[in-house]
Amino acid sequence: MNAASLIQAVKDRFPAGVKASHSYRGDATVILGREFLLEAARMLKEDTLFQMNFLMDLTAVDFSTFGTKRSPAFFANSGIAVSPSPEIPDADPWSGPPGGHPSAGAAPGTPGGHPSAGAAPGTPGPARFVVVYHFFSLPLKHRLRLEIPVGEVEEAEPEVDSLSSLWASADWLEREVWDMFGIRFRGHRHLKRILMYEGFVGHPLRKDYPVNKRQPLIGPVN
Amino acid sequence: MDLTKTPGSPPGEPEIREMLLNVGPAHPAMHGIIRIVTKLDGEQIVDTDVEIGYLHRGFEKMAETVDYNGVIPYTDRLNYVSPLINNMGYCMAVEKLLGISVPERCHYIRVIVSEISRITDHLTCVGAGAMELGAFSVFLYMIKAREFLWELVEMVTGARLTVSYCRVGGVKADLPEGFDERCRKALQETRKVLAESDALLTRNRIFVDRMSGTGKISADDAISHGITGPFLRSTGVEYDVRKDCPYAVYDRLQFDVPVGTRGDNYDRFLVRMEEMEQSIRIVEQALRDIPPGPFLAHPETGRPIPAAEMVDEGKIGNIAAIVDARAVTDPTLEGAAKSQHPNIEAGEKRVFLPAKEDTYGNIEGLMQQFKLVMYGHGIRPPKGEVYFPVEGANGELGFYIVSDGTSSAYRVRVRPPCFAIMSALPKLLIGDMIADVTPTFGSVNMIGGELDR
Amino acid sequence: MSDHAGFFTSRLDEAIGWARKFSIFQYPFVTACCGMEYMATACSHYDVDRFGAGLPRFSPRQADVLFVVGTISHKIAPVLVRIYEQMAEPKWVVSFGVCTCTGGFYDNYATVMGIDTIIPVDVYIPGCPPRPEYVLDGLIKLQAKIQIQHSTGQRPRPEVRPEFER
Repeated sequence: MNAASLIQAVKDRFPAGVKASHSYRGDATVILGREFLLEAARMLKEDTLFQMNFLMDLTAVDFSTFGTKRSPAFFANSGIAVSPSPEIPDADPWSGPPGGHPSAGAAPGTPGGHPSAGAAPGTPGPARFVVVYHFFSLPLKHRLRLEIPVGEVEEAEPEVDSLSSLWASADWLEREVWDMFGIRFRGHRHLKRILMYEGFVGHPLRKDYPVNKRQPLIGPVN
Repeated sequence: MDLTKTPGSPPGEPEIREMLLNVGPAHPAMHGIIRIVTKLDGEQIVDTDVEIGYLHRGFEKMAETVDYNGVIPYTDRLNYVSPLINNMGYCMAVEKLLGISVPERCHYIRVIVSEISRITDHLTCVGAGAMELGAFSVFLYMIKAREFLWELVEMVTGARLTVSYCRVGGVKADLPEGFDERCRKALQETRKVLAESDALLTRNRIFVDRMSGTGKISADDAISHGITGPFLRSTGVEYDVRKDCPYAVYDRLQFDVPVGTRGDNYDRFLVRMEEMEQSIRIVEQALRDIPPGPFLAHPETGRPIPAAEMVDEGKIGNIAAIVDARAVTDPTLEGAAKSQHPNIEAGEKRVFLPAKEDTYGNIEGLMQQFKLVMYGHGIRPPKGEVYFPVEGANGELGFYIVSDGTSSAYRVRVRPPCFAIMSALPKLLIGDMIADVTPTFGSVNMIGGELDR
Repeated sequence: MSDHAGFFTSRLDEAIGWARKFSIFQYPFVTACCGMEYMATACSHYDVDRFGAGLPRFSPRQADVLFVVGTISHKIAPVLVRIYEQMAEPKWVVSFGVCTCTGGFYDNYATVMGIDTIIPVDVYIPGCPPRPEYVLDGLIKLQAKIQIQHSTGQRPRPEVRPEFER
């Protein structure tokens, strides 16, 4: 099945759950609501149309600073505007971060602006994290990417269902996402840190964790 | 306290206890630091717990701080025994994101060096595994063959191990003069070493006894764990990214994919030995089919042209004779001269550095260099996300890259093949004896840089 | 100190130094990519056995030189210090590869920026990874250091510079 028919088949089964979809650069991608994850994964594994027997990869992306990176202002004082080259234009542009652009109110895909200010407290904003699943089917040789936006409301540890009951590879991959991003997985047998040590505080791959903030077990903080 | 009796057991009965043995982070195997806590009933392993993360170096976080080409040295150190495959995988993923494609000769060059890297990986794995079982000579022979291949890699890239050869949009420089000869010679030597090792190991009673029947895993378990590569192929499932989702020029090359049957250590050994032979076959075909690069000799006189002479020929107007020729320049510029550029780069000005002759020679080249090298500028791919799998030495090595349009990547995720294999290690070890940890762990080919990143 | 001692004891020190430097039992604490170059140095092409250092001992009690090969992360740092403390005097430490010397280019939350922040180091071999020739050069410098070391295991005072030609 090619990318378009895969996406259509998933949309047909979960018309309420599929929030968006695209096939940027030929990768079939479906953005699903988190309540439908377990059901959709089971369907992808067992249905003869999909037969996704491999859960290739399970990871997450923190979109909180998407598009907010400002280019360095060299020679700003001299008045010479040295601006970087524009992005290489795209005939078929991407639809933007799956959970909605962090600068609420801006249409997805426009260059990033300032973090949203003035959104009413308590209303769900753009999703901070997106949990990304890559599936592969060996008999049918097709791939699908599933994206689950989480963290719409300000929460310390967003929760998603665990897929470790369906694929054994999800076990360690979910532990790594917990370690690096702080996203919990309901139903995981033992969610503990896998790459960092137990005394480590914080989740390193989040955008608000500085890259060289060291927490040594022994020795100086250098 | 009488240790021979369990409390409550009838008098005279020996006590049976299970022992916890910690094969700790610092251990004699040459593969990497990992902790395997085993619960033993006598010699038999009843339960294990595997702890990784001792070499976590923050690849994914560092990749967000440097620009796209700056990630390449970090990718070298992922699977450090086959660095060119990692380089190639990352560069092809970024090229997919950019939507550009490289010239054919560049594809062939990448395939040749990737397969040489694959051979070095399998040599290290099989050699170290054999050494741990006592076959020290096989290790020395295989490292000897690896040295020949590393000398070849050094001739092309300038470094033995951490090469950083591929660039986004091409490779650093073309193959040097005389590569063909040296490569064929090195592969011939490798074939001899493989034949010797085969004679020493394949029907060796001790080796076969220790490797067969240990570390078994079924095909269904392997697929459920996400295992790919030689490990999966030894269980009977034929999945090779080069055949099933072909990239570069693999669809034009003839090679077989060896598949085992029983899924134990011995089958993995045989699969890896045969894969090395197939990789040699691929390199020989690629050397035969590679589109020609510019020639070194003057088309009329047949002599190699020194650079000064070429300038003189140009000045008197003899352009037609020298336009495709390559001049003999300083050895440090070998392979990166202007005449070779069309063969090794994608032709997209916003991505690849110009030849030095252009950088120093005209203003367009200087601006192109400036725009790519200056901090904050550089390659600016469109916003998007992409996943690209290549066949690493351990299995499917996939790069998932999210770009936000700035000069450094927003998120780079590498899908490590041996992560999946290590998650299945308890299944491989339970039921075997403690002495079987050595061959099993050896055939897993755990590379710390890839596992922990 | 050896210049104050008598003729015979200084000859004895030299003999002990000579014997020690040509019978190095290393503990290769191999973690990362430098391990591949360590393997290459130990094998046939660049043979380290001709310097007497060909036998790795995988127990800290039996080793006298600790080769720290490859990046040390904060997770493995306590293990490294424990191994160092378990070794018996006289012992030396070689910091192999730039990740152990200064942390390399992994300036992040996970890496120890140089093992000399946690254990004392005798010889630093930079390189990413260092070529086998560099490793052998470092080994020869270590041997010079071992040669002049007092037989009781005291390290030479900073003013006493090792004679690298020996």
